[in-house]
Amino acid sequence: MSWFDAANERTAREILARYPKPKSAVIPLLHLAQEQEGWVTLDAMTEIAELTGTTAAEVLGTASFYEMFKFHPVGKYVVNVCTNVSCQLLGGEELLNHVESTLGVRAGGTTDDGLFTVEDVECVAACTEAPCFTVNYRYFHRADVDILNEVVADIRAGRSPLERGAAGDGGELPEHGTLGRVRQHVTADRVAGVVAPEQVNGPPSWMPPSTTATEGAS
Amino acid sequence: MDAALHDGDGGGIVTGTYVPHAAGYVDNGGPTVVTSRFGHEDSFTLERSLATGGYEGLRAALAMAPDDVHGQIREATLLGRGGAGFPAGVKWGFCPEGVWPRYLVVNGDESEPGTYKDRLLMERDPHQLIEGCLIACYALGLTQCFLYVRGEMALAQERVAAALNEAYAAGYVGREVLETQFSVDITLHWGAGAYIVGEETALIESLEGNRGMPRLKPPYFPAAIGLYGQPTIVNNVETLANVPWIMANGAAAYRQMGSEASPGTRMFAISGHVVRPGVYEVEQGITTFRDLFYGEEYCQGIRDGHELKMFIPGGGSAPWFFAEHLDLPLEASEVGAAGSMLGSGAIIVMDETTDAVKACHRMVRFFARESCGKCSPCREGTSWEEKILARILNGHGRPSDIDLLLDVGDNISPGPYPVASHADEGLDAVPFPPRQTTICPLGPSSVAPITSTIRRFRHEFEARITRGDGIPVAAAVPAAEAGS
Repeated sequence: MSWFDAANERTAREILARYPKPKSAVIPLLHLAQEQEGWVTLDAMTEIAELTGTTAAEVLGTASFYEMFKFHPVGKYVVNVCTNVSCQLLGGEELLNHVESTLGVRAGGTTDDGLFTVEDVECVAACTEAPCFTVNYRYFHRADVDILNEVVADIRAGRSPLERGAAGDGGELPEHGTLGRVRQHVTADRVAGVVAPEQVNGPPSWMPPSTTATEGAS
Repeated sequence: MDAALHDGDGGGIVTGTYVPHAAGYVDNGGPTVVTSRFGHEDSFTLERSLATGGYEGLRAALAMAPDDVHGQIREATLLGRGGAGFPAGVKWGFCPEGVWPRYLVVNGDESEPGTYKDRLLMERDPHQLIEGCLIACYALGLTQCFLYVRGEMALAQERVAAALNEAYAAGYVGREVLETQFSVDITLHWGAGAYIVGEETALIESLEGNRGMPRLKPPYFPAAIGLYGQPTIVNNVETLANVPWIMANGAAAYRQMGSEASPGTRMFAISGHVVRPGVYEVEQGITTFRDLFYGEEYCQGIRDGHELKMFIPGGGSAPWFFAEHLDLPLEASEVGAAGSMLGSGAIIVMDETTDAVKACHRMVRFFARESCGKCSPCREGTSWEEKILARILNGHGRPSDIDLLLDVGDNISPGPYPVASHADEGLDAVPFPPRQTTICPLGPSSVAPITSTIRRFRHEFEARITRGDGIPVAAAVPAAEAGS
């Protein structure tokens, strides 16, 4: 029996079908596992190994390289405060101090109620909107302690804080593990056809056979 | 949109006028190539894209022979926007003949400190990016494209996924695109948090399901041996976003913008101590740093009552610049000759209130955290640089630490550096581009903030070094007393 629930099992098969080699699906499947459980469990990695034709050790080897994968339970809402230079110049470190004292945990820690995890992170690509923080990777630009307090209050009250966030984002804030709320989905009649590289031995049909669009390193 | 968000003082800066629903982006009234739809609230939908010329570039390309499409990109001199500035048309020509299949990998792992453009392009105009991918695939015979989006960019992933679903359903992507023979799959792939994956061979490792560590060179270009050992073109998001415009309007029209060597426009994110920080689309070559920082249509000056102290011209990896560099044009060759780079279009401006040691430490900490651990000079060196800077910041620095920092840096990126013994001639001796004892430039990049700040603000480092009593040790303390 699969570790993934029925819906995610189908999604996992769909993800696998998008890659010429199954091991390429390791990272997307780790995200899927984290979406289901909130963190990456050993059972999940064993299952992913089976799906991708690798070993659980290889999956852990890959997963442990990437900081978004958590190997222990974290809060339902992961608050990432950027302290890299653009944000540091405009108060990123003070913002982090405020989050730490407000929530009563240091960066890396999780609150006792399991609601929040705080992280001190590197540049999140919102530099002109410094200082900024993200909650479950959703942006809050030009932040100050007031915005942060409101976001924390929203989450504690069960409201989505996204309307206070970056322009254009809104709706429900998913719990930690879920990234995009929209998935890529291609219907069978539209797929061009994903094949393993060793099964291809010539140029695609639209390329003229005589030329290959390469003229060397000219 | 909550207007109150931008009304706060944001830690002391004055905020400017922002285009609604495109936070970060500021329309400066200049020509637009890649941000032309940013003013529309629904710029990310297929409907808006089609209503504003979307997929016209693809139609133009499909009416031409693949080789001629490649020729247009080559003729346009489209320079790569990821950092190295290598001409895309030339890179596209590196695929070895007769080796199939070939792949396209889109580098959307934007994580260079200060860089904020690819996220906007993916969130605000994903169809433009998809169209650029399609044209590249058509021109080079690439049968599958992997769109690698940085893991932390949840909204960008959502927008790209939705756009791909729309484009597949409408016949722009997938089997027999627009009822031609051209068929291609575009797969949205997402990262999981690792700066080094922005290095193209590390990106490929990651896409193969491995730890994202750069591959040994040669081969220097994955176009020869890339994903699954096959010819692979790796292009930055912004590079590909330029492609539809070039195909729709022609290479000649593209070359009318910008300069001879650097045609077209570029997105620059200017952050830090300016009145109106923002992401601006700017004509390359003819605009200067001074225009960007002080121009009314750009950043409108250093924040009230303050003066420029230094700035980083091209992302965290670039050596830092000072007031005398303000009149340099945004031209890769001139910025390169002056000892730094335009890199990923990320400019961080610092005024005189900035603590040079603290800013330097923070940037070095970034590289220490993000070193992948493959090469010892970087793995050990960046971590020592960070530790030494931290102890200087914390008041436990030793008089020998300044030269020690330069020495550690020298082991990652061999000098000559401005060591105390030849401070004068050393001022202009920071080698750029950096030499490296490592596979990729991450380690050498960590040396740039150190040499930049020490050569200009050595006194600030010295002022931090005390005997534990808070009184700075004089700069002339003999080395023998170091660490006492």
